[in-house]
Amino acid sequence: MPGNVLVVAEHRDGDLKKVTLEMLGEGSRIAAELGGVVEAALLGAGVGALANPLAHYGAARVYLADDPALRKYSSEGYTTVLASLIQRTGPALVLLAATPQGQDLASRLAARLGLGLASDCTAFQVAADGRLLITRPVYGGRAIAAVREKTNPQMATVRPNVMTPLEPEPSRTAPVEKLVVGIGDIRARVVDLVQRPGRQQVGLTEAEIIVSGGRGLQGPENFRLLEELAEVLGAAVGASRAAVDAGWIDHSHQVGQTGKTVTPSLYIACGISGATQHLAGMKTARYIVAINKDPQAPIFRVADYGIVGDLFEVVPLLTEEFRKALGQK
Amino acid sequence: MNSIVCIKQVPDTGARIEIEEGHVVEGKLQYVINPYDEYALEEALRWREKFGEGRVTVLTLGPERAREALLQALALGADEAIHLADEAFQGGDAYATARALAEAIVRLGLEYDIIFCGKQGVDHDNAQVGIALAEMLNLPHVSAVTRLEVAADKSKATAQREVEEGIEVIETSLPAVITAQKGLNEPRYPTFIGIRAARQKPIRKKTAAGLGIDPETIGAAGARLEMVSLSLPPERKAGRIIPGTPVEACRELVRLLREEAKVV
Repeated sequence: MPGNVLVVAEHRDGDLKKVTLEMLGEGSRIAAELGGVVEAALLGAGVGALANPLAHYGAARVYLADDPALRKYSSEGYTTVLASLIQRTGPALVLLAATPQGQDLASRLAARLGLGLASDCTAFQVAADGRLLITRPVYGGRAIAAVREKTNPQMATVRPNVMTPLEPEPSRTAPVEKLVVGIGDIRARVVDLVQRPGRQQVGLTEAEIIVSGGRGLQGPENFRLLEELAEVLGAAVGASRAAVDAGWIDHSHQVGQTGKTVTPSLYIACGISGATQHLAGMKTARYIVAINKDPQAPIFRVADYGIVGDLFEVVPLLTEEFRKALGQK
Repeated sequence: MNSIVCIKQVPDTGARIEIEEGHVVEGKLQYVINPYDEYALEEALRWREKFGEGRVTVLTLGPERAREALLQALALGADEAIHLADEAFQGGDAYATARALAEAIVRLGLEYDIIFCGKQGVDHDNAQVGIALAEMLNLPHVSAVTRLEVAADKSKATAQREVEEGIEVIETSLPAVITAQKGLNEPRYPTFIGIRAARQKPIRKKTAAGLGIDPETIGAAGARLEMVSLSLPPERKAGRIIPGTPVEACRELVRLLREEAKVV
């Protein structure tokens, strides 16, 4: 349908990712303006049970490709399934998550269909002519672009933690249409998934709270202080480029240019001075807290709340205060 | 092992971006090789050295100034460079750029076991070109790679990539496109001898017409996306410094985050 929005659901360990719910919420809003509905594409093996939560969060129809061949993600296989679905159903807009998997898939899919693709988008507006005006940060967040696409369907990847999901309605159901899967020859395939060294559980880009450390930590062992605070808050641990380049923590924790762009509700920067590259990656956090012994540090110019002090003293105290306030021991 | 490395010249990541009339003010900017492309180039050089044979060809699409990036790549050890320098190539989006690179690679008959790209340009942050290039050349790809092993017979490679759940291990047949993530390697620095040698190495400049590429398929004409406006992000206002002893300040911060900000 020309006014429909197709959301490609991303899931992990039998649960929908939060960004999927966010895309359904934004997709519903856009579809309503276009006179269509939001639909979901669900790919995997043994994932049929996720059709219900997709409906609860707004999907009016679920296209289900459930096949052992789709158990592990492959760019080529998933592209083939989605390309034929999109060609058949002709939505106005296709949304995927701006995650490692979603971006990988969207890029290949757009090229296969000869379509434009707006990456890592943070806002959508339906213009007077019914086309979308899409907002996306560029230059690592140092500038904001508004773009339009010339091809149909329009396609975008959506930055996690930006859009608002609908309130779930457990009574809502959606018809499930099963797709016949023929994925052909896969040349690049996932053979294994290994856990990252370290204890981090919460993904940085989806985290509500991030506790982040920089050069002020003085060494790898002191990330322990941040991990303790993060554990109390259920937060993810981030790092500045300085800490990553010094080899104190793995690159997967890096926030800022050549690392991740994050939009948590709360970002606690400990011993981070606030270089342009770093600020670009976290400036859209809802609240920023800075802990730094240098009152002139640029991080204080973007922080909502600041404590000027020695992080080795302040961070453990803060951990203790949160523990008390949250009733933990 | 033969490689093609697609590189882009971009403003330095630390540079302050200024915008006038919807365009980035170029005059004051320092330009560098896109950081992710440095990892791509380094990986290509290392595999050429490991195999002890083959060539590394760097390919860029960009204005006249992009020649500087090619010279740097040659100084680092690339064997030859190709510059797609033509008004017809300019103003494209990720799709049109991938199309131009794909056409050039085919029409020049470049030989490769792997095409390396950075995982994204730190200017437009599309993270698309390398993957789209793979699709257009009908090659497999692995994106955002942090570790690569190429089989001795160059028929396949094993790559690792970061995903939110951990590290994916992917096996791909070759030839393939590999896009480089930070962590893949530690790029080398140019040496004086390398810089001198670069001047003797060929930089082939190519136009769309010279390559026989239909100008309607590339650059602004071939783009699927158009930029409507470009602006600076809203400035954040500085908040307040919480006074008091460390204990007092921490207690007050916890209260503010819970009662005022309501984020904890």
